[in-house]
Amino acid sequence: MRRSSEGWWYTAKGAARDRNIVTTAGAIALALAFPVINQVLNLGWEAKAIPISLFIVLALGLNVVVGFAGLLDLGYAAFFAIGAYSMAFLTSEVSPFAFVREGQPVNFFIAMLISSAVAACFGVLLGAPTLRLRGDYLAIVTLGFGEIVPLVIRNTPEVTKGTQGMNPIGYPEVPGVHFATDPVPWYYLIVAVLMVSVVLTGRLQRSRIGRAWAAMREDEVAAASMGVNLVTTKLFAFSLGASFSGFAGSIWASYLQVIAPEQFRFDVSIFVLVMIILGGLGNIYGVIAGGLILGFVDRIMFDWFSAIVHGIGRATNNSELELTDTSRMRQLLFGVSLVVLMLVRPEGLFPSARRRAELHAAEESETEAAQERAVIEDIE
Amino acid sequence: MSDILEARSVTKAFGGLVAVDEVDFTIPEGAIVSLIGPNGAGKTTFFNVIAGLYKPTRGTVHFGGKVISGLPPHQITRYGIARTFQNIRLFQNMTAVENVMVGHHSRMTSSPFDAILRLPRERTEERETEVKARELLEYVGLKGRDGVTAKNLPYGDQRRLELARALAAEPKLLLLDEPTAGMDPNETARMTAFIRRLRDERGITVLLIEHDMKVVMGISERVTVLDHGTKIAEGTPTVVQRDERVIEAYLGRAASAAS
Repeated sequence: MRRSSEGWWYTAKGAARDRNIVTTAGAIALALAFPVINQVLNLGWEAKAIPISLFIVLALGLNVVVGFAGLLDLGYAAFFAIGAYSMAFLTSEVSPFAFVREGQPVNFFIAMLISSAVAACFGVLLGAPTLRLRGDYLAIVTLGFGEIVPLVIRNTPEVTKGTQGMNPIGYPEVPGVHFATDPVPWYYLIVAVLMVSVVLTGRLQRSRIGRAWAAMREDEVAAASMGVNLVTTKLFAFSLGASFSGFAGSIWASYLQVIAPEQFRFDVSIFVLVMIILGGLGNIYGVIAGGLILGFVDRIMFDWFSAIVHGIGRATNNSELELTDTSRMRQLLFGVSLVVLMLVRPEGLFPSARRRAELHAAEESETEAAQERAVIEDIE
Repeated sequence: MSDILEARSVTKAFGGLVAVDEVDFTIPEGAIVSLIGPNGAGKTTFFNVIAGLYKPTRGTVHFGGKVISGLPPHQITRYGIARTFQNIRLFQNMTAVENVMVGHHSRMTSSPFDAILRLPRERTEERETEVKARELLEYVGLKGRDGVTAKNLPYGDQRRLELARALAAEPKLLLLDEPTAGMDPNETARMTAFIRRLRDERGITVLLIEHDMKVVMGISERVTVLDHGTKIAEGTPTVVQRDERVIEAYLGRAASAAS
């Protein structure tokens, strides 16, 4: 472990560095070997690993916005939707674009890049009017944006097919690989995107822009006075986060083959936010751990749980228990565990050293905060 | 000696309250100039106008021949003005060396894409910035505290760190807002000597807001006095000290009559 008193970008040295390399290599090997392990142990998790790893990509993107730059975004699912619908527009037989409908769909991989770029543009569109907002106020606006996007999709059936959804959607065509029937190539595709995301956000965090994000999160006025351009720094965080979401959305659309506005509701934004809070805001590896834990609980443990409950019901001849829909308890259990976590460990399970320090620091006095708002309003 | 900064009839009003009223002000290059005045005289507001945190309601500020009033603070920093704050505003949860490296932000050129690709020039720039930051920490007397989180530093060290962070922006003009506030006489004397050293060794022009008259009179070549937003006196420390309006502003009419 690197000394916590040192900065986050100091590369670990000597034994610590070797340990880091071993851990990282182990994690990568495990991720790559997962389909084999899954088959050997007959776990049947291949279809579950895909959404779990995809949501980790989402969490990594949101971590840039919320964890690095400190901009609370509650409407992140909107970019996910934008990415997914961009993919559908570019490759689906029911696309609003005539050239796509008439048998010239865009290549999947190109469509993926375009979708991500479209989402990034929307990130800037949302970011630009909210530059002056912070904290609660920003959260409200992003929340609104997250609500508006699915609503627009639902109410423009001539373009998006509304609640009926878009189907089918193009999938990647690589000779010799059966994306249409086999989940394993999808898994590798998403893991590849995930690894690129980790490297990318990690490098940014340890660079000039990463420092600027951290400074901006700590004190906007001081950051601006030290030469940080608040406008471009914020917009870059927004658009980068959105582009990750766009990537994930485009893959998700193609994997599911059908998308409808109901898939991109507020819960999705919250679910991703919970992942990064659980794992530890601002810490890439914490975020991955949070995503894994939450994904595991959500996709796998609930199945076990429901099997156990149904089993008990059968054994005791209690038909009510036997037929209980445990997925209804999901939200309750999430809620309770989040409340407990916030009380016991508000910094998350694997926090960055800085975030831990922030949360345990005394709060700024009210007058100072008021002064700050006055100054920020005048900066613009 | 030419003027590095020139403020022409700068006015800043907040609604009906005129905090700075038609102030003309110049700073000769290489000088140490002080701005004094009773509480609420508009010193910090004037400071914030120069640094770009406030746009002046009327009037212009020129720096090195260019108009800087109305520009955002980060651009003004790039032109060569850096500052410290009256109530220290460090990046509390970043380490000392990280704080100073943020200070160097405006002198760095690497884009996020350079960072993503880890281009050699980006790596070199990061390394050089870090070396420079450590040198600056040593220069202000924080040798060996590089890895300490800012908020865990003692008060005096925090002031020094803020100074190092401002110096990392390689300013031509340094704005110091009460740099000795809350310091004991010993620390104050050291800080005063340090400010003079900054000017003598690095050729940095200094504008100082200060309450401590001993500091002001000791190092400034020129003192400007603000009261109720207007300039009431200007000149060498000894001249200002004897100015009746200044004594009146600080101590009230009766005191000036009695003296």
